[in-house]
Amino acid sequence: MTAILSKYAEIVGWDVIDQLHQLVDPLKGIKVVHVNSTKQGGGVAEILNKLVPIKKELGIDVSWEVIEGNAEFFKCTKNFHNALQGNKVEIPHSLLKSYEEVNRQNAERLRARLEEAEFVFIHDPQPAPLLSYCPDRKGKWIWRCHIDASRPYRAIWKYLSNFITGYDASIFSLAAFAQALPHKEYLVPPSIDPLSEKNIDLDRQEIEAVVGGLGIDLDRQIMLQVSRFDTFKDPVGVIHAYRLTKKFVPSLQLILAGGEATDDPESQTVLDEVRTAAGGDRDIHILLLPADAHRTINALQRAADIVLQKSTREGFGLTVTEAMWKGKPVIGGDTGGIRIQVVNHQTGFLVNTPEGAALRTRYLLFHRDLLLEMGAKARNFVRENFLLTRHLREYLTLMVSLLHGRGDRIELD
Amino acid sequence: MAEPKKRHQAFEIKDCALAALATGQRAQNLKELRDRVRSVNPGSIYYHFWGGLLKPRFDDPEYNNDFASWVRHALHDKVLADRLGMIDPTEYPDMQDLRRELLDIIEERLDESEHLHWCGLDQQFYFITSQIVVFNTRKYIKKARELVTMIPAMTASSVFYHFIDARRRTFGNIDDFRSWLYGFDGQYVGLCERLSEVDPFFSTLTELRQQLADIFTLYFKENDR
Repeated sequence: MTAILSKYAEIVGWDVIDQLHQLVDPLKGIKVVHVNSTKQGGGVAEILNKLVPIKKELGIDVSWEVIEGNAEFFKCTKNFHNALQGNKVEIPHSLLKSYEEVNRQNAERLRARLEEAEFVFIHDPQPAPLLSYCPDRKGKWIWRCHIDASRPYRAIWKYLSNFITGYDASIFSLAAFAQALPHKEYLVPPSIDPLSEKNIDLDRQEIEAVVGGLGIDLDRQIMLQVSRFDTFKDPVGVIHAYRLTKKFVPSLQLILAGGEATDDPESQTVLDEVRTAAGGDRDIHILLLPADAHRTINALQRAADIVLQKSTREGFGLTVTEAMWKGKPVIGGDTGGIRIQVVNHQTGFLVNTPEGAALRTRYLLFHRDLLLEMGAKARNFVRENFLLTRHLREYLTLMVSLLHGRGDRIELD
Repeated sequence: MAEPKKRHQAFEIKDCALAALATGQRAQNLKELRDRVRSVNPGSIYYHFWGGLLKPRFDDPEYNNDFASWVRHALHDKVLADRLGMIDPTEYPDMQDLRRELLDIIEERLDESEHLHWCGLDQQFYFITSQIVVFNTRKYIKKARELVTMIPAMTASSVFYHFIDARRRTFGNIDDFRSWLYGFDGQYVGLCERLSEVDPFFSTLTELRQQLADIFTLYFKENDR
């Protein structure tokens, strides 16, 4: 047993790690490749940063490739992202051509590795066309959709599905996101890594140093939302909720902490809107953190009294999972993957408006004992359901399932 | 169906993992639910009754199957939710029988209702099915007494496989423990009776494991006296 697996065992139990070893047995010796569009920033890169090393620890020959794109490519794929989340976005033909060309060029670079792998996991729409440029592939190709594609803009979905139908399987985070495709569609919610910089335990001294260093007063109550500056995360709605709450809790501070993702060209526009909405309020702290500021985010989440994720659309919402793991009940938008994490009155509250968010914030600030009780339930719920080990188990299970059979029961000897 | 194991056979401890799959079927009102229940594959009926034990859910759910829970929380029909919640799937090892029972209850409610209950687009019932991957842990026991130490060391999914999934594949539709213990020429009839009284439907798998551990511990302690 390696040192890293022992550390996971301390958190989730040895039985869980033993089970991973048993599931890996029939997969020993196979080559697996993951492909996405960014090494840092955003939930996908974060998951791969952890999933890939632990798969290696378990004895799988796994690698992670990142496609290289230009500004036009990322503009196009950002539009795909918005369209899959339901926005009616018309994408110029020239951008679509650029998208296909970038994929063709990346295929030239990656073809040998992709074609020899037994499993290729392609994450999100950015690298989806790679399959069509790898005609001699020998393995199973799986398209992993991390986006809330429950009601996509049909014209764009129709275009993208041309690239996706050829895959052997796809994975969606929730059943509601799955689209009609001519192959198996697995359901695997994502996860967080309890041993990552973003989630490991921090001592009080470090939290105070980090948060105090950002000009935030730890003696006053803190409301926090951590997410990219993206309209679907509704940061302006959070400012509205803060203002409604501040009438009753004058000392309240709000932190909007956003990371930069290299594949999101719209974040600057949203950031400008947020700054305008914040006006000159010195108790609103807008933090534009570098992509590797994991420990800072960890400290902010631990220091916060109230954590919000007031998204209007959300694939899963890993920031919700992170806050719950730190014992915080979350006030989250009643949408997508937030719904399977935030259980009303148990692990947090689901809300649809800034007023709803403000009301629940006041409620939790008033009922401190309940806040702690719900936070403890939230942490336990994450331990049992949303840690990396569960995610990995489901990936291994679907790989075994794709290798070994079509029926509803696969017996491994 | 597997025959009860003979005395000399060891009890092999197996484990399982469930891969959940979307079926593409969904329902927004009761008639749609009935139509989909009629045609969806049996694995989906199984998943919505039993799969809950192996997927994320919060402790102590009010309803123990997905149909009842959806009818209550999305359609807001408490009467039907309570009726669906009373279905005991252990009485229906054949999924077609369970499907018929489900349909009877839904049809009865449709006959009683003047208005059709609908839910919002984002609260639809999505039919999910699953594939179960079963693997051998390479652990086994030969004596019944060893169950006392073995049960607490089993994973939750191993408990699922031996105590719940077993009902689909054993002679008499019983759990694997009883199936094995019956092979000891009547020596453990009393223990099997206690196991038969365990209702697995409202427990989490962790609670179920504890319940089984308690039964085995107590039984062998009593028999040592």
